[in-house]
Amino acid sequence: MNKVLLIIQREYLVRVKKKSFIVMTLLVPGLILVMYGIIYLIATNSDELNKERTVRVKDDSGVFQGKFEDHKNIKFQTTTEGITKAKDDLRKNEDDFLLIIPANYEKKDAVKIFSKKKPNFTIITDINDQMSDIASGNSMVKAGIDTAKLHAIKSDISIDARQITDKGEEDSSIGAAYGVGIAGAILIYLSLFIYGAQVMRGVIEEKTSRIIEVIVSSVKPFQLMLGKIIGVGAVGLTQFFLWIILSTAVTVVAGKVFIKDAITQPQKEQVSKNQPVQVHTSPQKDSASASTPSADVPQSPAMGFFNSLKTINFGYILSCFVFYFLTGYLLYSALFAAVGSAVDSETETQQFMFPITLPLLFTYILSFSFLINNPDSTLAFWLSVIPFTAPVAMMVRVPFGVPAWQLAISMFMMVVGFLFTTWVASRIYRVGILMYGKKTSYKELSKWFFYKE
Amino acid sequence: MLSIRNIVKQYAGHRALSDVSLEVEKGTIFGLLGPNGAGKTSLIRIINQITAPDSGEIYFNGEKLNQSHIERIGYLPEERGLYKKMEIGEQMIYLARLKGLSRAEATKRIKYWFEKLEIQGWWNKKIEELSKGMQQKAQFVATVLHEPDLIILDEPFSGFDPVNTEVIKDEILELNRKGSTILFSTHRMESVEELCNSIALINKSHKILDGRVKDIRNSYRNNTYLIEYTGYKLEFDGSQPFEILKEQLSDDNSHMLKVQLSEAHSSNDVLQYLIPKTHINMLQEVIPSMHEIFIEKVNQKRSGDE
Repeated sequence: MNKVLLIIQREYLVRVKKKSFIVMTLLVPGLILVMYGIIYLIATNSDELNKERTVRVKDDSGVFQGKFEDHKNIKFQTTTEGITKAKDDLRKNEDDFLLIIPANYEKKDAVKIFSKKKPNFTIITDINDQMSDIASGNSMVKAGIDTAKLHAIKSDISIDARQITDKGEEDSSIGAAYGVGIAGAILIYLSLFIYGAQVMRGVIEEKTSRIIEVIVSSVKPFQLMLGKIIGVGAVGLTQFFLWIILSTAVTVVAGKVFIKDAITQPQKEQVSKNQPVQVHTSPQKDSASASTPSADVPQSPAMGFFNSLKTINFGYILSCFVFYFLTGYLLYSALFAAVGSAVDSETETQQFMFPITLPLLFTYILSFSFLINNPDSTLAFWLSVIPFTAPVAMMVRVPFGVPAWQLAISMFMMVVGFLFTTWVASRIYRVGILMYGKKTSYKELSKWFFYKE
Repeated sequence: MLSIRNIVKQYAGHRALSDVSLEVEKGTIFGLLGPNGAGKTSLIRIINQITAPDSGEIYFNGEKLNQSHIERIGYLPEERGLYKKMEIGEQMIYLARLKGLSRAEATKRIKYWFEKLEIQGWWNKKIEELSKGMQQKAQFVATVLHEPDLIILDEPFSGFDPVNTEVIKDEILELNRKGSTILFSTHRMESVEELCNSIALINKSHKILDGRVKDIRNSYRNNTYLIEYTGYKLEFDGSQPFEILKEQLSDDNSHMLKVQLSEAHSSNDVLQYLIPKTHINMLQEVIPSMHEIFIEKVNQKRSGDE
């Protein structure tokens, strides 16, 4: 046992000391920092967007007069000045707009808007929407529909998804579950591949450098395989752990800096407007209020998404991730080790890699289409029970909520699965690592499997 | 020291060892000989417990071979290698610890050996930065570091230049003097005669010959003598007590004869016959070299099979 520890130690230290490990470990929090920077830039620049604008309306048609509604940052003003004079005024008030509506406003591009700065998209859209509404209302009135009926016809629909839970009604987190499910599937798929391949490469390295014979004269092949698998797995966990710690640290620091910045802004109103963004930059707040239903205020879609993120139980998902990463990794890396032992170079691995990775790939592709939309389907259930597909399938399903009994079966099957593959792999491995220069076939592998000790 | 009894090892399709038995005495240098593919490496792997025999038993110092003996055996495989990206010092420590040494003890001994073999300056270098010869030296150090009772060397001199071959040869002899038993496999016969006390010859999975080198060579004496004489070339009429195998004449009047004596005669009879006729410089019995015995035995077996 002591020797397995030695092997684990070597496999771990060699990899952790590598430059690529350090770079990867720093890269992810670095990217998160960059992301916050971008969000911060957007948030501060949105002050610019939210600045109050005055739109002077010169309406020659008479249809729109006084019918524009003022919004938070757009005020409408009717003007009767001549176009030249109005345009001159525009030069002095650089945040203002001049909207000129000719009598024949229905003609394409007849309505013009002038501004000193480049007009921003939201304002144009707002004006456009209002004008369409007013114009179509006007047409309907002309067609003989009375205004009261008109208001009754116009309905404003917005859906608020709610889920009945033990605690009563809660904001349903379809959007967030969707995002978290996909993210989990991608992450576990990539990690299984990356760390599994590391084990395989390690085995091939030992075989091609011929150190294998020296080592197996000191330890049993199974001990070596086990030590390598555990060592590389520990590297994976270390990497995740460091990512979480560093990302949290980055988030806390970034949150402090950016929130302080935002609060010192003079416009109180803007601070509250920026809130959705800040909620995102401070996950401590997120997790603290994870299960409390969000305030019942009208929400922008983005804000809705961020609020629904709060309904996700990150601790639970993280534990599931760690469990499925570990068991899935043990399952696949054992097979990867067996493949590594059967070949003489990495180029020969293809024929064995394909069938091993097929179930993983299949579930991965399915997770973007079928699974994410039908997380409770029968297929989803079976995929999360079969150990080869369960890690990806379950990471998709978990954010939507999985019945405890299904989770239990799945986890049990994972443990059975990795014990089984480790046993199979070790029987191939012990023979394969000492076989040189032979092109290996499946028939050969099965022979190795049945060799006596 | 090592008693190998009736080992059989069958691989799918071919038999690597059939009923091989050997005795390796304590303190000897034992040569395991045989052409490529004879089963030497299979036997060595079984002794190292890398693979297990299908049947047969091995006793190490009278005990049945088991995991606890691993730490008392040092093994230098024919196919050699180390972790390329790992620093040599760390790697030596790792290999020594796998053999059961403590870190401190391993470090001390590695320093000693590195100084002895003059590679001490390379401690922090990665294996890939070392020359092939240095890698070989390092690997040799890794084999003997834990002061094993039995050192198994598979083709130890392959890959060494003549200078380093001598260095390693001396180290092997010194280790042997200090009490280690050495088992090495080779097909380089000159090193066998130089180093080995005993040998076993394996061919096509069978042991076909074993014993002390001296005894084997003696048993292969076939009354062949080499004679050198000076003077006129001798003419033989058939009355001489030997048969001429080879005659070699040279310009400076000294001639060589390779002769085989018939059963009834001895070297004295040869001298008596020749002395009146010519001036004898030398009479020497030809004892076949291990090389010749090796070739003869292997070929015998081959023609026997056909």
